[in-house]
Amino acid sequence: MRNVFTICGKELKSYFTSPIAYLLMALFGLIFGYFFFSATVFFVNAGMRQQLGGQSQPMSINEYVISPLLGNASVVGLFLIPLISMRLFAEEKRTGTIELLMTSPISDWEIILGKWLGAMSMYLCILAVSAINVALLFAWGRPDWRPILTGFLGLILQGGTVLAIGTFISTTTKNQIIAGAATFSVCLLLWVLSWVSSYNDAPWAQAVAYCSILTHFEPFSKGIIDSKDLVFYISAIFLGLFLTSRSLESLRWRA
Amino acid sequence: MIKVEGLTKRYARHVAVKNISFEVGQGEIVGFLGKNGAGKTTTMRVLTCFLPPTAGKASVAGFDVLDQSIEVKKRIGYLPETPPLYPEMEIATYLTFVAKLKGIPAGEVQKRVDEACERTAIADVKNTIIGKLSKGYRQRVGLAQAIIHNPPVLILDEPTSGLDPEQQREARQLIASLSGDHTIILSTHILSEVEQSCSKVIIINNGEIVASDTVSNLHNRRRATESVHIQVAGAPASQVKQRLEQVPGVASVESRDSSDTLVSFEVHSMENYAVRPELARAIVQAGWNLTELRPVGESLEEIFLELTKSETAAPKEKEEEAVAQ
Repeated sequence: MRNVFTICGKELKSYFTSPIAYLLMALFGLIFGYFFFSATVFFVNAGMRQQLGGQSQPMSINEYVISPLLGNASVVGLFLIPLISMRLFAEEKRTGTIELLMTSPISDWEIILGKWLGAMSMYLCILAVSAINVALLFAWGRPDWRPILTGFLGLILQGGTVLAIGTFISTTTKNQIIAGAATFSVCLLLWVLSWVSSYNDAPWAQAVAYCSILTHFEPFSKGIIDSKDLVFYISAIFLGLFLTSRSLESLRWRA
Repeated sequence: MIKVEGLTKRYARHVAVKNISFEVGQGEIVGFLGKNGAGKTTTMRVLTCFLPPTAGKASVAGFDVLDQSIEVKKRIGYLPETPPLYPEMEIATYLTFVAKLKGIPAGEVQKRVDEACERTAIADVKNTIIGKLSKGYRQRVGLAQAIIHNPPVLILDEPTSGLDPEQQREARQLIASLSGDHTIILSTHILSEVEQSCSKVIIINNGEIVASDTVSNLHNRRRATESVHIQVAGAPASQVKQRLEQVPGVASVESRDSSDTLVSFEVHSMENYAVRPELARAIVQAGWNLTELRPVGESLEEIFLELTKSETAAPKEKEEEAVAQ
């Protein structure tokens, strides 16, 4: 376990010694901030209109601001995550440092877990930027904190899934750009898979839509933790990391 | 300490190492000699558990590289051809990371890092970012990385390649200073390096071992007949030649380029005659000035070329290209 943390720490540090960490955090802060701004403006306007119209039914800040905001954050995540995962193995293969890792007395699984956890920590740092906006909601409103927590849990699980896939793709090439582009394409595909079910009710379309990572995120953003979504994400993470370990093993045999 | 039996490593399209066997005893420094693509790196990668062998067995300190790879890795320090460095890290941070990877207890890490820096003479630059170091310093950091956990076996892949002559000398001294406690295998294509620092030489060509012996035995192997270059000052060429031909054991004497004051010859001996002392005595007794007397054609270089010159006609794929895709 110590080896896992050693590698995890090294990965996280290397994000922060290059501009990539700050760039990603700034980008996410900017985009999330924009979505936050438009969602709250919409909420405030709609609330005022309601009051002027004489309706006194209270509007839920969770439903009108936080839920769509988290949904947007999950899509933004799909675009940013390939930039986190692309370097994990591709760079080590290009510079030859993979030889150091693979000839050190540690198992492949420790390398993979360490790298994935390092990337996860980076992703958590990015998500943490949005805490500023959420704190503002708490400062001037009374949102329910439980759906927010489940929403972030969903974001973490979804991020973990995409990172696991990205880690696997990163082991297949020496070129970071290729790893990044391929991960991005897969992310995009996993996102749009859910669209199938909107125009087709056939069982196969349901099955395809089930594979979309966004389908499983929606319940989380509404405050629902469904065991089927948990199982989906956790098994997808495991699959991604398992493929990574196979790929690393094959690297030894093919090299 | 290291035992290799019938080791074969096959890549997709070519065989890099064919059925090689050798043994290295404790404390020995073995030079792995061969041209580029001969199979040196592949053999080393098998020994360090980076690549599994296609066939055959290899063990380090009694542990099999395939079945007990973690145990093997604990006992090996490995410097690959390009030192595995993270350019964005400082030397001290990098070595700390490696020390932890190699399983050094947390309390000892700092001490070992300092020790490794001390031994490789990088203590004064240890807060420098690796990306800014010169090639020579990078090589030293690579070596520090290999010795940090004080492994009984060191495997160094071309430790002096790309260094300037001064740095090469320093690197050789460094390796020699490590020799006491460690069993060392180093690969190189610089022959003088092997002569200076290795107790044993393994010459590998096209994936096969063509010679495995001590440096002095390799020299003796070709010494059945001797060729000697002689230069004499202040004497007429014909007289000197005549005198040399009279020395017992001399088979032939050939004139080499001569100037007014200096005359040169190449003398070939008959089998099993050591003619050099007699030649020197003959010249001196005749009252001439002997300015040079040296054996010809016995350098390791010639032995190496002789042993590896066969089968070079077939085009070979470069081993490095097939590696770590």
